[in-house]
Amino acid sequence: MSESTNISLETIREEVSAWLDENWSPERSLTAWREILVEGGWAAPEWPKEFYGRGYTVEQAEVVGQVFQEKGAVGVAQAGPGRLASHTILVHGNEAQKQKYLRPILTGEHAWCQLFSEPGSGSDLAGLSTKAEKVGDQWVINGQKVWNTSAHHADFGILVARTDWDVPKHQGISYFLIDMHQPGVEVRPLRQMNGHASFNEVFMADAQVQADDLLGELGQGWKIAATTLSAERQGFGGDRNGGRARDLNGPIYDDYRDELTIALEPYTWYPQRAGRPDLAFPRAVETGAIADLNVRQELAKLICMKKASDLAAENASEKRKAGNAAIIPEGSIGKLAASEIARQASHVHTLVSGADAMLSGADSAMEGVIAEILVSVPAISIAGGTDEIQKNIISERVLELPKEPRFDTGPFRDVPRNVTDL
Amino acid sequence: MGFSSDQEQFKDIVGRFMADKSPPTAVRENMASEQGYDPAVWLQLSQEVGVLGTHLPEAYGGFGFGPVEQGIISEEMGRYLYCGPYFASAVMAGYAILNGGDETQKSKLLAAIASGDVIAAFAIDDLNDPTKMGQSFSRLSSREGETLTGSAPMVVDAHIADVLIIPVNDNGVVGLFEVAADDAKILARECLDPTRKLSSVTLLDSPATQVGELQKDAVMRLWDEMNTALAHEMIGGSERLFRTTLEYMNMRVQFGRQIGSFQALKHRCADLLLALELAKAATHEAGRFLATGEGDCYAPNMAKALAGDTYLDVAKAAIQLRGGIGFTWEEDTHMWFKRAKSSEVFLGTPNWHREQMMQRMEAQGHV
Repeated sequence: MSESTNISLETIREEVSAWLDENWSPERSLTAWREILVEGGWAAPEWPKEFYGRGYTVEQAEVVGQVFQEKGAVGVAQAGPGRLASHTILVHGNEAQKQKYLRPILTGEHAWCQLFSEPGSGSDLAGLSTKAEKVGDQWVINGQKVWNTSAHHADFGILVARTDWDVPKHQGISYFLIDMHQPGVEVRPLRQMNGHASFNEVFMADAQVQADDLLGELGQGWKIAATTLSAERQGFGGDRNGGRARDLNGPIYDDYRDELTIALEPYTWYPQRAGRPDLAFPRAVETGAIADLNVRQELAKLICMKKASDLAAENASEKRKAGNAAIIPEGSIGKLAASEIARQASHVHTLVSGADAMLSGADSAMEGVIAEILVSVPAISIAGGTDEIQKNIISERVLELPKEPRFDTGPFRDVPRNVTDL
Repeated sequence: MGFSSDQEQFKDIVGRFMADKSPPTAVRENMASEQGYDPAVWLQLSQEVGVLGTHLPEAYGGFGFGPVEQGIISEEMGRYLYCGPYFASAVMAGYAILNGGDETQKSKLLAAIASGDVIAAFAIDDLNDPTKMGQSFSRLSSREGETLTGSAPMVVDAHIADVLIIPVNDNGVVGLFEVAADDAKILARECLDPTRKLSSVTLLDSPATQVGELQKDAVMRLWDEMNTALAHEMIGGSERLFRTTLEYMNMRVQFGRQIGSFQALKHRCADLLLALELAKAATHEAGRFLATGEGDCYAPNMAKALAGDTYLDVAKAAIQLRGGIGFTWEEDTHMWFKRAKSSEVFLGTPNWHREQMMQRMEAQGHV
């Protein structure tokens, strides 16, 4: 590692530029290009050298991304859950698993989904009750998962399931890689209150996982899941490696655009989920609502929260770079701020719209964007850890207040569970 | 964007001085006394620690730092509820002269303020709205010189001032005049927050010397500077009050548990921490904006609005989370509560500052 992390950013820039000049051509098919990209070692430069990468730091890898942007070159497949899977397999997988799964994720040949949350365990993920039983040489899976983004396109899933019911809940979970194309797996779309169906429910009835597809040790699933969740918290890389390629013409770009449309479709309403505070001031001016004293007050509160939160985030990121401050609690404060901002933005959009807020769709304000905000904001304080969970984290880890008494530390078999068990 | 190591060190020095010289027992003595401060501590602060002129230029006897370092002082004073004429003399009168004084007066008055030789009070006659500054005073010129007539109902620390700086509004331009405290009628008023003493100041043909004038922009600049200093005081106070409340919640046991283990109470604290982090970020940004001119011109308004709401939220929670003991005179919380309340309305309520923000944004045409 140290050898490659010493390479200067300028050298990297020259090297990747030269390689692209020689190899990049928009006339190739997307699959053919990705094979070349992976072979050339430029698909995931931050990955280790043994697995298609170069062992670069984030900063070094960013330079590679920039050069791809500048040259309009297409990068690796843009699949959020695939990134979570590859990250986790890189950290915890054995040699065979890495050989088998990593490359097709980079080329886009395999799409993945995440099978973590369950109807009976949302905030309390470790209370999951999907069962994995060893029958002969295979694991047999029974249970239901929910909030599975892109599961309907997925070839494989990263799955956590319970393998031991006689130990405390965090210790009885194992981590599996499951083939989604089998009779025991059924994927159904899950429609949300905002009309989109960005997620799925996944039903597993005697679904099968090969013994080789247990990731890490038996009973280590919770720890491994933490690796996945920390990658999730870092966000989905968005357009890294070739965002500009979206606007260019050529056969490869058409394929790439199709792929992006599918991959990013579940996230189209995410900006609305955050409340779109950016729209509040211009709309208040445009509609004349800015003359209303109450609107002015609420709008000013929103802008104060948003600006102060951006400043606080900047300060925190500087501290992180300087090497102090724990990441998770800072993240919890930021997430809580995002919820508050989204709710206040939604409130302001409502005040600005007045009775027009009764409409939705193409004929409504901003062709439906405002209406979509109003019915999407409730998601932000739930997804990725509810506000209440964030407040638990903040009060216990940052403020160091005493923990709540717990009733779930004994063998999982005896722990009171989801209401349907009562 | 954070403090440099020099600034951290400075913060530490001022903080330790305040912790040592302004414990709650001293605050109680000062708030009960007529003069409201300890002259011996004031002397040490002005001469040994030497912080009064921190934000004033070296050419006028100051140390040549700016609003960021000034903010550090106010933050630590607010944290320990320091009682003394720093805000009245160095911040209010100091910034007024700095913005509007003529060169001779800057050299003379600012140097005296910076050294602590003189305690000045700035007799703002309307503490709600800067555009009304000086409307209650009028001037009369005669062969014998200038005299002023008028009154200001609430002047911070006028009762211990040697010198009064009087604003006189003439069509939006505010003349600044120096009046000897002995030439004014100064009456102490009963204050909701006894750690910040207010007096009425009445002038009746009082001899005065003009020391400068503030154009409209300078009045706003001054108002922003005073508010930014005040916001620093407020986040310091909020932080301290929040910290002592957490300590209490760790100590107090009811129903067989530390009350800090109850989720309803914890969540209230998590909300307060978020509010406090936002208020701190906005306040430090206001200091940076005044120091560099970079950023949003309404940064001081954001700071005061957020600090105002946050300080009061923290103070209300600090009493509520202590239960009955929090409502007693014996327990210290009420001293910070009262400071929170008086700071909320001093130099513009949070609502006023939000309205000001909107007007400034509209003038710019964008957020």
